[in-house]
Amino acid sequence: MIDTNKTTAAIVARCQELFDDLEFGSAREWKEAGPNRRVVAYMPIYVPRELIHAAGMLPLGILGGGENLEVIHGDAYYQSYICRIPRSTLELGVTGRLDFVDGFLFPSICDVIRNLSGIWKLLFPKVYVRYFDVPQNFDDEIGGRYYVQELTELREGLERLGGVRVTDEALRASTALYNENRRLIRELYAVRAEAPWLAPTSEVYLLLRAGMVLPVEEHSQLLRDYLAAVRAAPRPRRDNCRVVLNGVFCEQPPLNLIKAIEMSGCYVVDDDFTLVNRWLLDDVPLAGDPLRNLASAFLHRSAETSAKYQPDEAKKGKFLVDSVRSNGAEGVIFAAPSFCDPALLDRPMLESALDRVDVPHIGFKYAENSAQMQPVREQAGTFADSIKLWSAP
Amino acid sequence: MTVKIPTPSAPPSPHEAVKEASMLKQKEMIARNYELLTGTAENGRKVVSTFVPGNLNELVMCFDMLNNLPEINAIQNGMKKLSGGYIEEAEKRGHSEDVCTYVKADLGMMAKGNLAPNGKPLPRPDLLLLSYTGCFTFMKWFELLREQYKCPTVMLHVPYQGDGHATQNMRDYIVKQLKDEVIPALERASGVKFDIDRLREYLRESARAEDDLVRVLESAKRKPSPIDAYFGGVFYIGPIFTAFRGTPDATEYYRLLRAEVDERVRRGLGPVTPEGDMKSQRYRLVVEGPPNWTSFREFWKMFYDEGAVVVASSYTKVGGLYDRGFRHDPDHPLESLADYCLGVYTNHNLPQRVALLEQYMREYEADGLLINSIKSCNSFSAGQLMIMREIEKRTGKPGAFIETDLVDPRYFSAANVKNRLESYFQMIDQKRQTATAA
Repeated sequence: MIDTNKTTAAIVARCQELFDDLEFGSAREWKEAGPNRRVVAYMPIYVPRELIHAAGMLPLGILGGGENLEVIHGDAYYQSYICRIPRSTLELGVTGRLDFVDGFLFPSICDVIRNLSGIWKLLFPKVYVRYFDVPQNFDDEIGGRYYVQELTELREGLERLGGVRVTDEALRASTALYNENRRLIRELYAVRAEAPWLAPTSEVYLLLRAGMVLPVEEHSQLLRDYLAAVRAAPRPRRDNCRVVLNGVFCEQPPLNLIKAIEMSGCYVVDDDFTLVNRWLLDDVPLAGDPLRNLASAFLHRSAETSAKYQPDEAKKGKFLVDSVRSNGAEGVIFAAPSFCDPALLDRPMLESALDRVDVPHIGFKYAENSAQMQPVREQAGTFADSIKLWSAP
Repeated sequence: MTVKIPTPSAPPSPHEAVKEASMLKQKEMIARNYELLTGTAENGRKVVSTFVPGNLNELVMCFDMLNNLPEINAIQNGMKKLSGGYIEEAEKRGHSEDVCTYVKADLGMMAKGNLAPNGKPLPRPDLLLLSYTGCFTFMKWFELLREQYKCPTVMLHVPYQGDGHATQNMRDYIVKQLKDEVIPALERASGVKFDIDRLREYLRESARAEDDLVRVLESAKRKPSPIDAYFGGVFYIGPIFTAFRGTPDATEYYRLLRAEVDERVRRGLGPVTPEGDMKSQRYRLVVEGPPNWTSFREFWKMFYDEGAVVVASSYTKVGGLYDRGFRHDPDHPLESLADYCLGVYTNHNLPQRVALLEQYMREYEADGLLINSIKSCNSFSAGQLMIMREIEKRTGKPGAFIETDLVDPRYFSAANVKNRLESYFQMIDQKRQTATAA
C-alpha cells in the first residue's frame, strides 16, 4: 500500500509549506519542544552546521524573505543600489519573526552580508552574533591553522551560548549525520542530472530549502523518501535542453523564476542553490581531531564559488566547465541578483572559461521579489531553442 | 609659501587653484613616481600592483620594486574626466553596471592602452600582490587583472574585525602569510633577498611621517579649523597611503605640511581651498564615505561656499587609524604590518565605525554627520543608514545623506547634491536656534 505521506506530491507539499512559512513555525516548535533549546541562524553560503548541531542547537538557514515578504522597515536601512537579501533579512528581524533566534552567523560572502553582521549586533545586542570569516589561503599550515582556531572560537562561543560543552564525540556524531545528509543530496543531484524529468528543479529546490529549517535527521529522512518516491513514479520526458544554473548562491530567485526556466524548455542539471547543503564535497573523516577534519575538508574538498578565491588562474571557471561536462549540460544560465558583487564580478571570468570550450551561455539579473517572469521565459526559451537548433551535431 | 598655478588637465575655469609648498612637493612626488613606473623599460625596475588599504609599501621597497595602485589610477582618471569613458568601455566588454566603478575604470583603462596620467603606458606588473583588506571586491578585481596580465599573483588575506577587535589568531595568520608566501613571492619577482633590517628602517621612517600626519589631522579640533579634513584631507593622506610611506620624501612632505598648518593656526587662518583661504566657518562637519572624484572641485565648492568645513572624516582612515594611536613599529616589523592591515577603517566592523564617528563628533565639536554614500562601494555603503541613525541617536546632532559615486560621472547629480546640502545646513541652523531658544 502506498504511504500517501511519502508520495512526491506530499513531500513537495510539505516542503512548500516550510518554504512559505515566514514565521519559521517548525523551528519555533523545535525550540519549544524542550527546555534550554537554542536556535542558531546562519546566512549563505557556508557555516559548519555540525558544530551547532553538536552543541544541541538547531541550525536555521536564513536566505532572505523571498518573494512573499513585504519589506517595509528593511528598506529604511539600505540604499536602492544594494541587493535585497539584507533588507528582507532585517525585515524578518525587526518584525519579530526571528525573535526566537539565539545566535546568528554571518559568513564571509561579501561586504553587504559582512556589514549586516554589524547591524545585527547593534539592533539585537542579546543575540550571539558572529561574523564567520573563512580562510582564503588554502595551505594547511597557514589558512588551515587559522581556520581551526576560528572553529575553536566558534565552538567556545556556542558553548557559552548554550551552557554546554561541545565534546569531540558529539562533534563526530554530528559530522556523521551531516555526512549522510550531504551523501543524500549528492544522490539527489545525481538522479536529477541523470533523469531531470523525474526530479524537477522546482522540487529539488524546495527539498534543499527544507534542509534550512528542519533538523538534519528529519531532512535526511525527507530526502530518502523523495528519492524513493521519484524512482517509483515515472514522469514523462520532455525534449528540453540541459543547462547549469549559476549565480544563485546567496539571494534566492523567486520559485517562479525556477519554474519559468523549466517551463521555457530547460532542464537544470546542476546549480549553486543553498551551497551549505553540499559545500563539502566528500564525507568528512570521523577519526582524529574533528575540527582539523572540518578544516581540511574546507581547504581541499569544498565547492568553488564566487565568494572564494581561486589561487590558480588556470583553474578559474574550471568547476563550471567540469559541471557542464560531467552533467551532460548543453549550456549555462547565469542568473545573478541585482547588485551582487560576487556573482557579477565573477561572471565575465566564468563566461571566458565557457567561451574557451564553446559552451553557450546567457545571463540575466533578478531580485528575490521579481514578479515578471515573461522576460525570463522568453530569454531562456530562446536559449533552449538555439541550443536545440544550432548545437546539434 | 602660497603660489597660484593653473590646474593641470582641469576644465576651463575662471579660477586658478591655490597651492601651498607641500602640495607642490606632493605633485612632484607623484609625477616622479609615474615617470619611474612608465620608464621601467629603461630603468629596469620591477613593478608590483597592489591596493591602497593595508598596502605593504615598506615591504615592497625592500625588494627595490615600484608600487602601482589601481585605485590611485582610477582616481587620477576620475579627476581628469577620463573614467566615464573607461567605465563604458568595460561595460561594453561585459562588466555589469552594478559593480565597483574603480574596477571598471581600471579595466577600461587597460583596454584603451593603459596610459598613466603622464600619457605613457603603464608597465605590466611583475607581481600582483592582492592585499585583501576591508573590501570583498579586491579579490575579484585581482582575479580580473590576473586574467589580463597573466603574471604571478600572491594573496594576503586579512581577516575582518567582526567582533570589533583583532585577535592573536588573525595576526598570526597574516604574519605566516607574509613569511611563507608574500615575501618569497616578492623575492622571486624581484630577484632581491629580503632584509628585515631594511624593513625596520623603512618602518622607522614611516612612523616619523605618521606623527606629523596625526598632528595635521588633529589641528581640525581648533576653531577655526586650519584644515579641511575631507577635501583637503584626501591630499594629506596621499603620500602616506600610497607609494611613499617609509620614504624620506614622505617624511619631508609631512614636515612641510605640518609647518604650513602650524603657521595657519598661528595666523588664525582657515583651510586652503582652490579659491584661496576659506573665510567663514559656519558649519563643522564629520563626513563618512569616500568623495566623488569626477566632480571633486565642484563638490568641494558646495561646502566652502556655504562656510562648511569638514573637521574629521572616515575616508582619510582607509589607510590606517593613525589618530587612534597606530604607528608602524620597527621593533616588531611583520607583526606591525599585520596590525596595520587589520586596522584600516573598512576592516572595522559597523559598531566600531559608529563608535569612531561618535568620538569624532564629540572631539571635533561637529555640528553634524554627513554621509556621502557611494553607489558602487558596498564596503563603505552597506549599513550607512544605520550609522546615521546611531550617530543622531547618540549625539543628538543631525545627520544627512547624499549619494554619488567614486569615478562614474553618471552618478553625480550636482543639483541634487547641492539641494540636499543646502537643506542640511538649514536644518543645522534650525537646530541651533532651537537649542539657543531652549
